[in-house]
Amino acid sequence: MKLNSEEKDMLAGGRGVVVRDAMAFQISVGEFWGAERFVPISNAHMMGDIEVMGDAGLDWLEHSCEHKATCSVPTTTNPRCFDFNHVQDLGQDPGEAEKEKRIIRILRDMNVVTTDTCINYQTVYQPHIGEHVAWGDTGTVIYANSVFGARTNYEGGPAVLAAAMTGRTPAYGFHLNEHRGGTVSVRIEAKLDDLADWGAVGKIVGEAHQNYFSVPVLHGSGRSPVADELKQLGCSLASYGSMAMFHIVGATPEAPTLEDAFRGKTPRAEMVIRDADLERVYAGYEVGDGHAPLVVFSGPQLSILEMKDLAWRFAGRHVAKGTDVYITTAPSVAAEARRLGYLQVLEAAGVQLLEGVCFYILQNLSAMRVAHGWNNLVSNSAKLVNIIGAHKFNTILRRTQECVDIACSGRVDGGAA
Amino acid sequence: MNATASDAPVGAVIAAFTVNRAFGPVVEGEALVSEEGFSPRYDLNRWTGMITKPGHKLEGQSIRDRICFFPTAKGGIAAGWAFYDIKNKKIAPRAFVFGVTNPVMVQGAIFAGITITEGWSQPAGQVIANGDWVRVDPGRKVVEVLRRGVAAHSGQMTEQRTNEGDKR
Repeated sequence: MKLNSEEKDMLAGGRGVVVRDAMAFQISVGEFWGAERFVPISNAHMMGDIEVMGDAGLDWLEHSCEHKATCSVPTTTNPRCFDFNHVQDLGQDPGEAEKEKRIIRILRDMNVVTTDTCINYQTVYQPHIGEHVAWGDTGTVIYANSVFGARTNYEGGPAVLAAAMTGRTPAYGFHLNEHRGGTVSVRIEAKLDDLADWGAVGKIVGEAHQNYFSVPVLHGSGRSPVADELKQLGCSLASYGSMAMFHIVGATPEAPTLEDAFRGKTPRAEMVIRDADLERVYAGYEVGDGHAPLVVFSGPQLSILEMKDLAWRFAGRHVAKGTDVYITTAPSVAAEARRLGYLQVLEAAGVQLLEGVCFYILQNLSAMRVAHGWNNLVSNSAKLVNIIGAHKFNTILRRTQECVDIACSGRVDGGAA
Repeated sequence: MNATASDAPVGAVIAAFTVNRAFGPVVEGEALVSEEGFSPRYDLNRWTGMITKPGHKLEGQSIRDRICFFPTAKGGIAAGWAFYDIKNKKIAPRAFVFGVTNPVMVQGAIFAGITITEGWSQPAGQVIANGDWVRVDPGRKVVEVLRRGVAAHSGQMTEQRTNEGDKR
């Protein structure tokens, strides 16, 4: 990689050993992908919680902080694995919770803003077209690239911190024009009436074209999607397809026309998604004995408009005995939902709110599942029903109103077609 | 390309394919070949090293000390920390050999010091079977089969560990 004088100075240790090591790490990553240079970044967003970092990650973080490492661009955090108000009732490990608090203190000392949200693009920062950022959480990445026209690759926690400290990231992947054109044509003939429908589209496309550099182009629906729909689509494409970008013709900034979306090239593959394809997705989940002990609205965290919508759907109803219902959202959204009265409606219905977390990253989740007798997990998030598999839940995707009805009846119908 | 362990001299290369990109030291180990993609978040118990996602093609298998062949990467961001975590828990594989991968798998492997490659000159499953003893050489961008495992000869996918030296 070609380095400028500032980058050479950092690599030589001119800004300390941690920045030196960060620069060396970034160069190794850049050279793997054939990057020729760095690009400056304006914003960073990182994952960093004890569940995924483990003790080794915490030790590394403490080492960095002891050497006065600090972030040079605005840096925010993804959800944590603890809502500290629910450690006991969720059966989480108090010792691990203390480690999580240490992580928060260290990150704040390193100039990180601990927003604890995976919807930073709805609540914190909206980069403009062409702006280079370094974001982690796949859902944030695909939203930045696709909806804002900003530029970022998937950046894991250490990579984000390295970028935040050096103020730059290697120029490869979605920082470059050559990877941002569409590769797969997806004609939408299905009616997409619910958030879960958009997630189901992401599952269908993602599973069929699982490749980081696949860029699906959706067209033909004739409807302008709203932000929460784009959020579900993006999170699902990233989850099932490990994808980092999509276009919707006439809706996203780099796809005013179909030709623009493909950069004048011929798509490598074409798909058509009809109503029957969506119904096959929903019918593909085994429901076992039909008991629904757990309904979760999470992955990604809910926006204030989703909170309002759920409050309206649950108003005057109550969660069934023997069923737990959780919503997760950002602390900022929770505060707003409380101020507006949505949260009180949800709590009156027996819905439980977890702040600053996402359900699938909760510490001790496997043991929590067993202790609570949670087998079937019902959600309107296609991402959540995919990502949580290692904890051995039997997951079921359903539309939002069905999830509410299931929560209030304790029963889920349907099964493999 | 079709020689077997019984007639291959020690150290001889039985079969090989090349990779497009590579990082890390030369490593040898027992192959674990998957027809399905991989994510440490989606598929792995990060406290035992076992693939635990129900229905995963490698469910019940351990990645510890193996050379892992995955056609694709799933999802993403967790690997950035998780590979460093499992390396320090001593349940990491010796190498990840991906058909196609994503940046976080690479970042995570480099941060943890685990050998990683991407891009296969031919499908790994056509060259390598579970239990084969293989060498990954990032400098030469090549993956080589040094000895066939029991699974390859019997046609069964049972595991058999060898005791050959780890050149990590």
